Amino acid sequence: MAESNASLQLTPDGNLRHFLSIDGLDQALLTRILDTADSFIEVGERSIKKVPLLRGRTVVNLFFEPSTRTRSTFELAAKRLSADVLNLDIGTSATSKGETLSDTLLNLRAMASDMFVIRHAQSGAPHFIARSVTPDVAIINAGDGQHAHPTQAMLDMLTIRQHKQTFSGLRVAIVGDIQHSRVARSQIRALNTLGVDEVRLVAPYTLLPNRPEVLGARVFSRMEEGLKGVDVIIMLRLQRERMEGALLPSESEFYRMYGLTEEKLRHAAPDALVMHPGPINRGVEIESSVADGPQSVILGQVTNGIAIRMAVMSMAMSGQLGERQSEHGEGAQAS
Amino acid sequence: MRWRIDDIFPIEDGQVPEEPTSVLLDDGVISAIGSSAEGAQADQVSDGERQWLVPGLIDLNCHLREPGPDRKGSVATETLAAARGGVTSVCTVPDTSPVNDSGAVTHLIQDLARRNGRVRVQPVGAMTRGLAGEHLSDMASLAGAGCVALGNAGYATLNARVMRRCMAYARTFDLKLFIQPENPALAADGCAHDGVMAARLGLPGIPEVAETTAVNELLMLAAETEVRLHLGPLSCARSVDLVRAARESGQAVTCDVGITHLVATEGSIDGYEGIFHCRPPLRTELDRQALIEGVESGVIDAIVSQHRPTDRAAKQAPFADTEPGLSTVESLLSLGLGLVNEGALSLEKLLAALTAGPARILDQPEPSLEAGSPADFFLLTPDRSWRVEPASLLSSGKHAPTLGMELPGVVTLTTLAGRIVYQV
Repeated sequence: MAESNASLQLTPDGNLRHFLSIDGLDQALLTRILDTADSFIEVGERSIKKVPLLRGRTVVNLFFEPSTRTRSTFELAAKRLSADVLNLDIGTSATSKGETLSDTLLNLRAMASDMFVIRHAQSGAPHFIARSVTPDVAIINAGDGQHAHPTQAMLDMLTIRQHKQTFSGLRVAIVGDIQHSRVARSQIRALNTLGVDEVRLVAPYTLLPNRPEVLGARVFSRMEEGLKGVDVIIMLRLQRERMEGALLPSESEFYRMYGLTEEKLRHAAPDALVMHPGPINRGVEIESSVADGPQSVILGQVTNGIAIRMAVMSMAMSGQLGERQSEHGEGAQAS
Repeated sequence: MRWRIDDIFPIEDGQVPEEPTSVLLDDGVISAIGSSAEGAQADQVSDGERQWLVPGLIDLNCHLREPGPDRKGSVATETLAAARGGVTSVCTVPDTSPVNDSGAVTHLIQDLARRNGRVRVQPVGAMTRGLAGEHLSDMASLAGAGCVALGNAGYATLNARVMRRCMAYARTFDLKLFIQPENPALAADGCAHDGVMAARLGLPGIPEVAETTAVNELLMLAAETEVRLHLGPLSCARSVDLVRAARESGQAVTCDVGITHLVATEGSIDGYEGIFHCRPPLRTELDRQALIEGVESGVIDAIVSQHRPTDRAAKQAPFADTEPGLSTVESLLSLGLGLVNEGALSLEKLLAALTAGPARILDQPEPSLEAGSPADFFLLTPDRSWRVEPASLLSSGKHAPTLGMELPGVVTLTTLAGRIVYQV
């Protein structure tokens, strides 16, 4: 798995050309993404918030699934890199007209697009596009099904590094709906690659995959035990439809067992960070006083999102362009 | 016409004789084999070039996709692909379009087979109307029209009551049911084995219990209704255990397994390889080993291709959106020979599961090379190999899970009642 993802995402000399998943990326590359993002944070603090790295390039935000926050941070990131940005909310309209995903993408490539930022309800959709449809367009995964949301995971890593400086020695608990969470899958992989001591999953078995241990984490059923001594707590968003699918009895029982209250927070290390990818359900996953409390870094996560997206977009574009040039060069030699 | 083929090794019961010999055909029937055929006078004599002469294979689960959307496959293309794989008889799955739930559709399939077919085509009818799982189909009429069995083609039955009635009704007319066991509520929305790969790739899973609880229920219902039940394709070790236990308690149940489940596991879908998207899903290495062991021990009676060709566009999508199905009928024998070569399975059991086993399930004479048998056989060069490429496949389904592989065993000639239906 890691191998096939690496070959798809990286140029032969190890630079990013697509950003599909954390799988297959090593610690050095993840650290490079974080360092690059750090350098872009400064751009956001200037009065003119632009750098010319993607000038003349066209970035298409292709959202097959609705999203406001992720899409707007990608849009802002692309604009700060001076790219031309096209936003397409496709939803189900193209497919209801009978157009296949491949045809939609090939049409957009014909408009000389350089990068697709893709959100799709099916796991593996960005992989499929990068491998089989438009390998010469840089693909950034903005969330696919239950599989991965790698930019969200990396912005969380940036937040953790800002507060904890290093990953080694950290114990991190991820709480809530692991099974349906693309964010959790990417976070677990990123945390392990960056060298944390331990990743814990805290959830009832109905919200865990059948084989949770293969994700690289320890599973806890009881919140109090799962939080004991941890340095970072990541709360996941709970979707309402989980109650309808007989996965949970009620929001109130979930809150009682797995909601992060001040009382439960006391089991964690005194300086533990409280994180949430948002949007938060107050009183379902988290108590308001914890969400707004001194240990919460939830808002900082949003500002880091733009910097991380600028980092992966600029890195993937430069890898993809390098690849195109070398292919062009080889072609010229052959003729 | 009399036709003699010299210098062949006849393979019966998986045994390769030490010395080559001859076979003599008279009007589509094997009239002599061995010393009595050697040097016999004939109108035509061929050199078998020391190849194996093997009785034609029977595939109990093969989609020809006709009637249906014509870009996916046809009786002409898929029976040619079958002949290329040494298969001389295929049972067609009833999920054609329209569904084979009436004598008229059965007759249409038979008519297409007469006109365009290379091998024997034996339709399996739908057990419920439209395969919708609610109303009984005209089972007796379907059997009268020539259906060799009635099946569910992997489609769900509304509930156990409908299933019980299907069985009781089928039993009335002594009809055989071919049922692919799957609990629809447990399999709902799934597209891959609910295990390591589904967890990593974030794909909705089909748990093992979706199959095992269904096998259990079907065995109980069949024991009560005394219907003749054939289960398959199976994908789990525990399903094999359940069938074994039922057999040991005296229940006359049979079962089969798809060839791909004997050679591949859930790991194959890594990287979202839609080419391996199939029902039941590919499961774990433990399951694969248990399925092979089931064939070797005889609990599993037949190996099927589960051939289900489709067009390229249907496999060009994110994994869950790809159409399930494997293009396998051409590689069925070669994949089996691969297992024999690596010592996982004996040649005897492999060929039994492709000839005698399925024939018994269909209550038909076992394929044989003895004098008096119909001349349904093929010539095989066991020590040559072939490379699976889209261009080298005769099937309309170019999405073979074996793409890019070098497979052992090349079929050079296939005959049906003495008539050459495939030749290199």
